[in-house]
This record gives sequence, C-alpha cells and structure tokens, in this order.
Amino acid sequence: MDRGAKRWLLAAALAVAVVSLFAGQFNRYYLGVTIDIGINIIMAVSLNLINGHTGQFSLGHAGFMAVGGYTAAKLSLLFGAQIPPGAAPIFFAVILLAGGLVAALSGLAVGVPSLRLKGDYLAIVTLGFGEIIRVIFQTTESLGGATGLTGLERYTNLAWAFVLAALTVYVVSCLVNSTYGRGFIAVHDDEVAASAMGINPTKYKVVAFVIGAFFAGIAGGLYAHHKLVLKPDGFDFMRSIEFVVMVILGGMGKTAGVILAAVILTVLPEFLRGFADYRMIIYSLLIIILMMARPQGLFAGWKTGRKQAAPTS
Amino acid sequence: MSTASAKERLLDVSRCTIRFGGLTAVSELDFAVKEGELVGLIGPNGAGKTTVFNLITGVYQPTEGAIQFNSRSLGNLKPHQITARGVARTFQNIRLFPSLSVFDNVRAAIQLHRRHGIVHALWRGGSFKQEEREVEAEALDLLKIFGLDRFRDEASKSLPYGDQRRLEIVRALATKPRLLLLDEPAAGMNPTEKAELTSLIKFVQERFRIAVLLVEHDMQVVMGICQRIAVLDYGVKIAEGTPDEIRRNPKVIEAYLGEPD
Amino acid sequence: MFYIQQLINGLALGSIYALIALGYTMVYGVLRFINFAHSDILMVGAFAAFFLAPGIQGVFGPESIPGALLVFLFSALICALLGVLIEMLAYRPLRNRPKLTVLITAIGVSLFLEFTCQHKGVFGSNTRPFPTLIPAQELHFGELVVSSNDLVVLVVTLLLLAALRFIVQRTKIGTAMRAVSFNPQAAALMGININHVISFTFALGSALAAIAGIFYAMRSPGIEPLMGIQPGLRAFIAAVVGGIGNLPGAALGGIVLGVIEAIAGGLPGVSNYRDGIAFAILILILLFRPAGLLGKFQAEKV
Repeated sequence: MDRGAKRWLLAAALAVAVVSLFAGQFNRYYLGVTIDIGINIIMAVSLNLINGHTGQFSLGHAGFMAVGGYTAAKLSLLFGAQIPPGAAPIFFAVILLAGGLVAALSGLAVGVPSLRLKGDYLAIVTLGFGEIIRVIFQTTESLGGATGLTGLERYTNLAWAFVLAALTVYVVSCLVNSTYGRGFIAVHDDEVAASAMGINPTKYKVVAFVIGAFFAGIAGGLYAHHKLVLKPDGFDFMRSIEFVVMVILGGMGKTAGVILAAVILTVLPEFLRGFADYRMIIYSLLIIILMMARPQGLFAGWKTGRKQAAPTS
Repeated sequence: MSTASAKERLLDVSRCTIRFGGLTAVSELDFAVKEGELVGLIGPNGAGKTTVFNLITGVYQPTEGAIQFNSRSLGNLKPHQITARGVARTFQNIRLFPSLSVFDNVRAAIQLHRRHGIVHALWRGGSFKQEEREVEAEALDLLKIFGLDRFRDEASKSLPYGDQRRLEIVRALATKPRLLLLDEPAAGMNPTEKAELTSLIKFVQERFRIAVLLVEHDMQVVMGICQRIAVLDYGVKIAEGTPDEIRRNPKVIEAYLGEPD
Repeated sequence: MFYIQQLINGLALGSIYALIALGYTMVYGVLRFINFAHSDILMVGAFAAFFLAPGIQGVFGPESIPGALLVFLFSALICALLGVLIEMLAYRPLRNRPKLTVLITAIGVSLFLEFTCQHKGVFGSNTRPFPTLIPAQELHFGELVVSSNDLVVLVVTLLLLAALRFIVQRTKIGTAMRAVSFNPQAAALMGININHVISFTFALGSALAAIAGIFYAMRSPGIEPLMGIQPGLRAFIAAVVGGIGNLPGAALGGIVLGVIEAIAGGLPGVSNYRDGIAFAILILILLFRPAGLLGKFQAEKV
C-alpha cells in the first residue's frame, strides 16, 4: 500500500462498478451472500484496526454496527418517502455517513473512559457496551422495540457494499502504513515503550476506536438497507464474536488475511446449509480446530510477518 | 553541583521522595544534570536507580518533591509529554517494538516531531510524500551513524543482543532529546562489548551535544566516561563527585563491599 | 417493604450468580483466561438433573429430600467430568499459547455445546418444564412472602462457600491451587502437578455450576440449551466486579449483582432495562476501581 494506494482504490471501485452492472444476472441468493461478504469485510477490517493493529480487545463491534444501522434506518424511514428516486443515491450516502458519524461518536464515548482498562477488562467493558446498546434499542418503542425496524428501502447493492469495503481497506491500510500510523503498532507492541518515545497511547487507542466504530456504523447502514429489517437481537454479543473470529483467523493486524477470513467465514455457513442441522455444530468445531492448528491465523506463514511497509520513495 | 546555578541545570531533581505503601524507594533525592553533561547514577541492586528514571520520565509521580527540566516543572506530566519536552530513555530490559522492523522502530519515534496526522496519511498528497521522504532520510541517517542501516528491514527482535541495545539508543535519539537516560546499557554484555558501549556513549554525548544520565552498576563503564557520579543506596544519595572522589569515598566502598571489619 | 422483599429475591438470585461466578474466577485464577463454556456447563447441569430426576424419584419417591440430594450430586459429578474433559481436550493443548487463542477456543467450545445440545437428536431447542425436586412452600412473614426454595438456595450457597473456603485455605490441593494461581512455574518447580491442580479446579468450578444450574432451572419457566447464556453472562460480570481471580470477590459480586437486578427489576420504568443494568454496574465499577471491588491493581513493572 504505497505509491499506488489511491490508484488501487480507484481500480477496485471501478471493477466493482463494472461487475455490479451485471449483478442483475446474478441469482438473488448469491447476490445477497456477496453483499454480506462486502459488509463483513468492512466490519472485520475496521475491527482489525482496533484489535489487530492497535492491540486492544473490543468485543462490542456489533454494538457500533447497531448504532450506525439504527441511525441510518430511522433516517430513511423518516425522510425516505420525500426523496425523489433520482436523489436516492445521494440520500443513501448521507444517511450512511450519518450512521457512521453517530457510531463514531459512540466509539468516542466508549473509548475515552474505558481505555484505562486493559486486556480482558477492556473486552468485558466493550462487551457490556454492546449489550447495553442492544437493550436500549430493544426497549425504545420509537425504534421498534423488540420487533425492530421494518419496511426499509433496498438501497444497498453490490456496488455500495464493495466500494465502501474498498474504502475501508484503503483508509485502514493508509493510516497504519504511514509514519503517523506506526504509532498504532508501537502501542500494540509495548505501551510503556511507546509513551517513552513520545507516542500518546490513549490518543491512538481513541483514534482507533473512533475510526473503527465509524466504519462499523457505515456497515450497519448497509446491513439495514440490505436485509430491510433491523432487529436488536441481530446485534448481540454472538455477532461481535463472529467479527473477532474473522480478525483472529485472518491473523491479527494482517489486512489481506482478515479480508480472506471475512470472505471464508461468510461463505462457510452458506456451504454448510446442506447439512442443515449440523451446520452450526461444524462451524463451532472448525473454530476450535483452527485455533489449535493455526493460532496465528489461517494464512500465517504464507508471507513472513507483518508487512514492512516501505515509505513512499 | 552545588556550584551550578539554576540556569545551568537542565534537569533538577529536588528533595524527591517516593513511597510504595510503606516502602520508601527514593528518599529526599537532590540531584542535577547540566546541559551537555555525562552523569552516572550508580548503586547496588535495589538501590532505587531505575525508580529515579521512572520518576524523571513520569512513569511514577513523586510522593514529595519536584522535578524540573529546562526550568519547567515536570509535575503531573504523562511520559509521552515528558519525552516531547526533550527527555528520552532506554530500558533495562530492552523494550523494542517487536513486530516492527528496525527502520520502523526508529520511524515510530520520529513521528513525535512531525506535523502530519490522520488526514495527510489518508490523502497521501505531495506534502505527505515529501515528509515521508524526510522521515526516511532522517531515520536512515541515524541508523547509519550506528552502523545499523544494513538491518533496516530486519525484524527488530531478530537483531543480536548488542545491536538491540544500540537500536534502543537510536530510537531514543530519534525523539531529539536534550537529555538521554540510559538504564543499565551494559547489562548482559561481555568486556569487549562493554568497551565498545563506553565509547559509543561518549560518542553520542559529543555528536548529538546532549546530556546523558547513565544508570549502571558496572563500575568500569561509569568510571571510564562520567564527569560526575552520584551514588544511591537504599534510596538515599550517599555520595556525589568526580570518579576519583567516588572511588575513594569510604561510604561508597561500604555500600558496595559491605561493612569493613 | 418493597425493598426488603426485593432484597430477599435478590439474595437468592445473587447466590446463584455467586456459585457460577466462583467457577469463572477459579479458572481465571489458575489459567488466566475467561472460560466462556462455563455458562453452558450450568445448562448441562440442569439437563442432567432433568433426565436423572424421574429415575431417582422413582426410587426415593417424588419431591423427597434424599432424592433431591442424589440428583444434585450426580448432576454435579457429570458436570465435573465434563469440565475436566473440556479442559483436557480443548484447553490443555493450548496451555502455552497466547491467552487470546484460548479465549476464542473457549468461545468455540461454548458454541459447540450450545449447538450440539440444540440438535434435535440431543436435547432439541424447545423449552421443557423442569421437574419439582424439592417441595416448595410460600412462607409469610408479615407482608413478606418468601419461597422456601429461595431459603434453600441461600443456605446451600452459604454451605458451599464455607466448604470451598475450607478446601482452598486448608487442604493440600487448595494450597496447590493458590500456589499455581500465584506463580505456575514456581509451583511446578516445587513439585506440584499443575495438570492435576487445573483438572481439580475445573471439576470444582463445574460442579458448582451444575448446582447453580439446577437452582436456576427451578426458578425458571423451563429449561433449554441456551438457558445458561444470561446467568452465565451475569455471573461473569459478577466475577469481574468482585475482582477476577478473587474468590470472596466473586461471591460478593454475585450477591451485589443479584440484589441490584432484583430491585431494578421491580421498579417501573427501569425494569425494561434490566438486562442492561448488570453491564452498567460493571462499567461504573471498573471505571472507578479498574481491578474490581476486592481485586488489587497491579501496575506494570517498568
């Protein structure tokens, strides 16, 4: 991710746009799963900034997704009807952004106080935050309560999902692979040494949380307008775990691995559909076996170590 | 040091005490380092030398007393703020960033004095590229001075022990300090390496024109290069003076060798 | 009056949380990781009792005390065995791996137990009514209504806490547990068989979870394979609130959580947020006491 970073981003966006022209030929089921993949890539890559690069342990990523999803969904239910069809993409972009920003704000609210905590304790607090969010949505009538929000417009398509996934990958990679961004990894490796080098660990952690939450919020908006229903129990703690598993199987802090893991873990349960009753049992066994056999991530050893990004030259 | 006026003092530790529960680790320590000076802080194991470092760098706050750097108080500052004021350190047990390359270890430290942040890293415009080039040149210059540039892309943890120690010093220098704190840099080194280290420290002090405060319990290293030495025993300063004065001081001999019969 | 009534309800609920929390905290003490599968052990305990009860009651008569004791005993044994088995198969091979790896494995084990038990060939996912093990009566003290079961829960918990304290403080294996928790390497060098100690810890924690699971089932409308998740999560919070790794802390945390939850659950307007309250307490306590109520904060050595 050096000189050509912006060009790569453009190329990726273009490719997605071309592919999505033919999306109409796709079987609707495959199309749905493909969009799921895009959304999960956004979730996993943004969580990777927090858990992988910065070395924190957030177990509440689904909470940020819920915040963004509900914000975007509520806005689209409130104003969607007044929007002329031509302006729909702009409207969708605006509500996604709003969802991302509100999620980022909640990331700030969680990040600032809880970053005094480390390791397991931080994990528990973020888990608690996710659960609190869910309970609040579940009990707020104007947000649909336990039945959730329904009747959403299908704004999300392949292009939206993958252009935004590409953007997430771009932002996280560019951020980390810069002189400024080495600070995230320094904090990950050794907080004491990092602060002795003039790096403010709290600032980096909060930045990671806010940016991670922002993209999770955007993914939430995409998710809402893809599934067309938003239920609070879709964002429980199991959901957060799914994203954590993607990051770990991808090999903490390795963007390419995390993307692959997101793809595999989205597709795998679909493949196992044939085994209906045994599907989730196999899924959980696979997690255990993979942790035993490949604890450094599925793709550990394919490339040696973390990418040593050369600066622009 | 009593002759040094407040103006000349770069670092001024006055009547500093720190207690952990009932234990007084450092007691009423008075101590100063002048601009460009090479000072040694010695004492037997457990005398509180590293605690003094942790006080100066803000890892601990003194229970009583004050620490001034460059005539400004360091009270209540966080470690990273103190580093920004111009105090850099190394660690007794080497603490490099293990998942970063040699080059990136230095780069992570350089970012302290760079303006560019998130927006520049994302936009990657001309000025960002310009600055990344400058950072690279600066890091490579530093690595070259210490003969580490050939390891540029190696993982820092794969370096030989002595080189890891040197890299830690390079990383500290990358923060552009006016005072460098070295915490037992000779620990675990053989006599040849110690001799090399001694000349390296002297070289650093002269080449970068900075003050160095050296914590060591290896007498040879300290006696060879320090202009002034303070001796700590059980958290109390028991002596201070030139290497010759320290060598002859009966209290110091007692602290190191135990009670004379 | 309302508060006293809720206090009593809360004490019973809190005792159950405390019993579960002890398992979390003991395992954390020796292995330094959160055993996510613990919440499913308590579910297995409840199901063990569900299947054992008819047979045992057939011999000892329904709702008999010796019968109930045997149900508790056998369920605890089954869970102890399960706990030891899980540790041996899933966690032991990962002993020296990063904590995160073990944590994710534990989540995997938890999911495996939940999904396996939900399979129609095992327990199925329907809620089943839990048999009456002990005759329940409502005792009236003035305006207060106390279920005799709540009293049983309280008394049994107190007895178990005392027994646990005795084991940990006075017996050889308990001393070994404390030694392993303090410094595993040093304990191994002193000739302590770490594997035995860890197995014993899992057995003990799982047995307590089984008992808690049965108590929890007795208060619930029925049992199903996901029944462990909510009390498990609460107990886990209780362990952290008390200071994870600290046994009295876990018991205290459980009681505190149970009481606050019961009181909050009885207040109109707040009761809807019941599920969130435990977490809110957790976050508040951790922000002011980062190591929990009874935990000691350990600063990193520089």
